[in-house]
Amino acid sequence: MPAPQLPDAEVLCAALIEAMRPHVDPAITALVGIHTGGVWVAERLHTALGLKIPPGSIDVSFHRDDYHQRGLHANARASQIPFDVEGAHIVIVDDVLYTGRTIRAAMNELFDYGRPARVDLAVLSDRGGRELPVAPTWCPHAMALPAAQMLALERADDGRLSFRLMEK
Amino acid sequence: MSVMNTGGNPQLNRHGELNHLLTIEGLPRDVLTRILDTAAPFTEVAEREVKKLPLLRGKSVFNLFFENSTRTRTTFEIAAKRLSADVINLNISTSSANKGETLLDTVDNLAAMQADMFVVRHASSGAPYLIAQHLAATDRDHIHVVNAGDGRHAHPTQGLLDMYTIRHYKKDFTQLTVAIIGDVLHSRVARSQIHALNILGVPEIRVIAPKTLLPTGVERLGVRVFNDMREGLRGVDVVMMLRLQNERMQGALLPSTQEFFKSWGLTPEKLALAKPDAIVMHPGPMNRGVEIDSAVADGKQAVILPQVTFGIAVRMAVMAMLGGN
Repeated sequence: MPAPQLPDAEVLCAALIEAMRPHVDPAITALVGIHTGGVWVAERLHTALGLKIPPGSIDVSFHRDDYHQRGLHANARASQIPFDVEGAHIVIVDDVLYTGRTIRAAMNELFDYGRPARVDLAVLSDRGGRELPVAPTWCPHAMALPAAQMLALERADDGRLSFRLMEK
Repeated sequence: MSVMNTGGNPQLNRHGELNHLLTIEGLPRDVLTRILDTAAPFTEVAEREVKKLPLLRGKSVFNLFFENSTRTRTTFEIAAKRLSADVINLNISTSSANKGETLLDTVDNLAAMQADMFVVRHASSGAPYLIAQHLAATDRDHIHVVNAGDGRHAHPTQGLLDMYTIRHYKKDFTQLTVAIIGDVLHSRVARSQIHALNILGVPEIRVIAPKTLLPTGVERLGVRVFNDMREGLRGVDVVMMLRLQNERMQGALLPSTQEFFKSWGLTPEKLALAKPDAIVMHPGPMNRGVEIDSAVADGKQAVILPQVTFGIAVRMAVMAMLGGN
């Protein structure tokens, strides 16, 4: 199979920022990134959009729906939500949207902290293969990847983001 | 116990994952460290609006307590409930055992009620092993067993929460001097602590106790024995007190509790011999004025209540790991 053309993560980051800018309110919009790639993207968005509320991070290990098949994730981390979720305007940020199961788990985790007024979803790329009715609010890129492949975001020591294609 | 340990580590499944938690003895360091690492995010759940996770939703956890306990049973119950399990508490000292039912008959009956996990406390060393072996022999080892204290043998979740507490305050095990003080003879807690400290690479583990409250050959566990409390406390980073187990005393091991306090009670004056930043731990319940002075128990160096809080997270981590394996 010929290798598909990988998107430039830095270009997508810039596009995502401009797509979101008209719709966010720096005083009330709060970001939560999903570990690990989503946290990197959330940090970028937070700075570029000049948001006042510090970004949170979510680890979905406690809400994964494959726990009974695969056990507890070996590197479970604590979620960090440094703002009051009750009534908040929250954007969940992830690198790649795939089955939608991670997003469902992230929403369940988020709601354990309170009832947000609104939740949106921002991702860099939608690689197809949805198994749940989840759609991104902002997503500058889409591609169709076969199930055997994974699109993974990486961060270099200098902070540059890039995509890598991995075989499962 | 050696008979029951033959044929590999009965706690691990064929993938080397934890299937039961019966003892800390013989656990690989990476498994022990992974439990501590996994417990860390569970501590944060207590800060949430909703202190509940769905991991054990639809699972039934039976607390089988053949021996009384309030704190351990309660923290196991809270941990299981925060994982969304259905929890059934059985105090069997007051139930079928009195009518003559055997331990394994009780287990078979509860397994027939679709138990997914047994949390077992028993006065006899090895009872949780017996249950785990019985389940394996009858092809039911999808049911997990957690030892909540068996006789004088082991109390692994207490040992783990103690290690979690030490790591929380001291970060690195490999530079520490740790003292375990008091009734080592009757203490399953001390045995679990000593095994865990050795596995985690603590270079100096001291045991401080009167000769009558030390098991014979305790040095073979990898500890330095002190029969003088002041000498033993010098320069330690962590002071782990043990409860004087009056209910297990047979014969004249001690003159009196007052005498015990005089020689072996932790007072501010004795604690001053340890490092200035030493922490003081106690598995509870405390006998104030017997093994520990109230001024120490309520003092700045005591981390006895954080131990209780960490205990819930550690038990959640253990049950979540077992339930997924």
